Amino acid sequence: MYEIRWHGRGGQGGFTVARLLGMAASVFEGQHSLAFPSFGPERRGAPVLGFTRISETRITDRSMVDQCDYVVVLDETLIGPGVLSGLKENAVVLVNTCDPEPYRKMTDRKIVAIDATDLAMEILGRPITNTAMLGALLAVSGLVSLKSAQEAIRSGMKASIAEKNCIIVEKAYSLVKGELINGQA
Amino acid sequence: MSKKIFVSGDEAVAEAVRLAKPHVISAYPITPQTVAVERISDFVEDGTLKAEYLHVESEHSAMSAAMGAAAVGARTFTATSSQGLLYMSEVLPYVSGARFPIVMMNANRTLATPWALLSDHRDSLSQLDSGWIQVYCEDAQETLDMILQAYRISEDPRVMAPMMVNLDGFVLTHTYEMVELPAQAEVDAFLPAYTTINRMDLDDPKTVCYAAMNDYMEFHMKQELDMRKVPSVIEEVDRLYGDKFGRYYDGMVEQYLCDDAEVVLVTLGSVTGTARVVVDAMRKEGHKVGLVKLRYMRPFPREEILDIASRVRAIGVLDKDISVGYEGIVFTNVNSTVADLETSPGRINFIGGLGGRNISKENTRGMFNELLELARGEKKEKIQFVNARCEYHG
Repeated sequence: MYEIRWHGRGGQGGFTVARLLGMAASVFEGQHSLAFPSFGPERRGAPVLGFTRISETRITDRSMVDQCDYVVVLDETLIGPGVLSGLKENAVVLVNTCDPEPYRKMTDRKIVAIDATDLAMEILGRPITNTAMLGALLAVSGLVSLKSAQEAIRSGMKASIAEKNCIIVEKAYSLVKGELINGQA
Repeated sequence: MSKKIFVSGDEAVAEAVRLAKPHVISAYPITPQTVAVERISDFVEDGTLKAEYLHVESEHSAMSAAMGAAAVGARTFTATSSQGLLYMSEVLPYVSGARFPIVMMNANRTLATPWALLSDHRDSLSQLDSGWIQVYCEDAQETLDMILQAYRISEDPRVMAPMMVNLDGFVLTHTYEMVELPAQAEVDAFLPAYTTINRMDLDDPKTVCYAAMNDYMEFHMKQELDMRKVPSVIEEVDRLYGDKFGRYYDGMVEQYLCDDAEVVLVTLGSVTGTARVVVDAMRKEGHKVGLVKLRYMRPFPREEILDIASRVRAIGVLDKDISVGYEGIVFTNVNSTVADLETSPGRINFIGGLGGRNISKENTRGMFNELLELARGEKKEKIQFVNARCEYHG
């Protein structure tokens, strides 16, 4: 079972993307998945968590996610000891940033950086980075195919924004994939 | 054709209600039930559910209005949680006494004070004596299936009792998972239109038991005698549903790897899923552990519990509740059944998950270890708190 933790602020789409990944895995790939937010009150701008569990077999575990395989940070101002804890030994942390060097000093886990805000501003005209970070995650993890992610976006997002987000997820995917191949990520 | 959708537990409830086609929905929103009633309201607004939606001003009114609708023969639905259920409490025995088959979703959430949002079972278990059937669900699919089954069970002329379908707040209401949505035609075939003689009818005037000074006792004897037959109806509907939709839930109780188990843990609701993982792991290590998923609290599965208790050396009961001054409520119920045996197994009451406190796989393994040690003859505290942050002395 793979466990993914998403960090964002209320209104940035951190839970939406946790859900889209879950939908891509289960509805479009026949895997099993759960997607859930941090439980409790919701406030715009406040730190929020999203979780996705993905497995080849039925997932019955309903306890809190403890140790993650991937942590995805939509907003780098959130990074601190809390965000960088609860990581499995070979976990990867994906950060929306143009300068990952300070974060590499804070953890011995692998950090993959992408300037998702720049990409979102270019295509959406708004700093909503959830689907860009999804593309980056898929490039690193291969948890689901890019095609399944785009089907989930078309099925789970409003038609007016779905196509642009399909473009973003693909661009981010290619960008990170390319950097991984070139050893720059 | 059924179809696969990725929805939360709340949304699964709403989809089930749309398929069940109630005539009247009356509800008041409360976290974590809110999304369910919002979606149902949307369905009525967009015409995909042809029903009257009453936006009432409180839970007390929600249940009262549902009862009024049921009294003229309408199929009805309402939903609540926590303090909302307690605010309805006055009306619950009115409904069950009048034998109206209202179906209600309850999103299990703890009770104030301290005020909190997350899930435990203190709300619904405080209403065990209200005359309602109570079922507890493990995931979103079971919740959808149980809403549909609930109408079939409740409206059965042999039953005529209201039913509360419980799902854990947040853990189920706010978790998204893939659910198979049955086709409308299939649901229509499973759930025929509701007809009853127990209704106000100008052409056939009769009392619907609002006052019965001298016959009161007999009314409730009849209610109890009928309720004793409900387990067989539940088993029957479970088989019928499984044959039609391919999902069986084993009726009153699901026994998971209990056949040769030395010790078993009794659970309610979503924590059952976590315990399954632990049972699988401990089985691989050679421990004879099993899991008893108590699906119904009312009527209580006396026969099944007696059967299990007669075969094992120790039973643990995991209560996400406490009757302050005594013990866990589920434990009390299991205990009074087990007392019928000549020699009863060892018992431990684990109290955990209050106010939504996590019950981890490690916590669950700890419970099984306590039970295995008890079975080997070690002395154990009868009531144990799980994953608590302060000391206690039993």
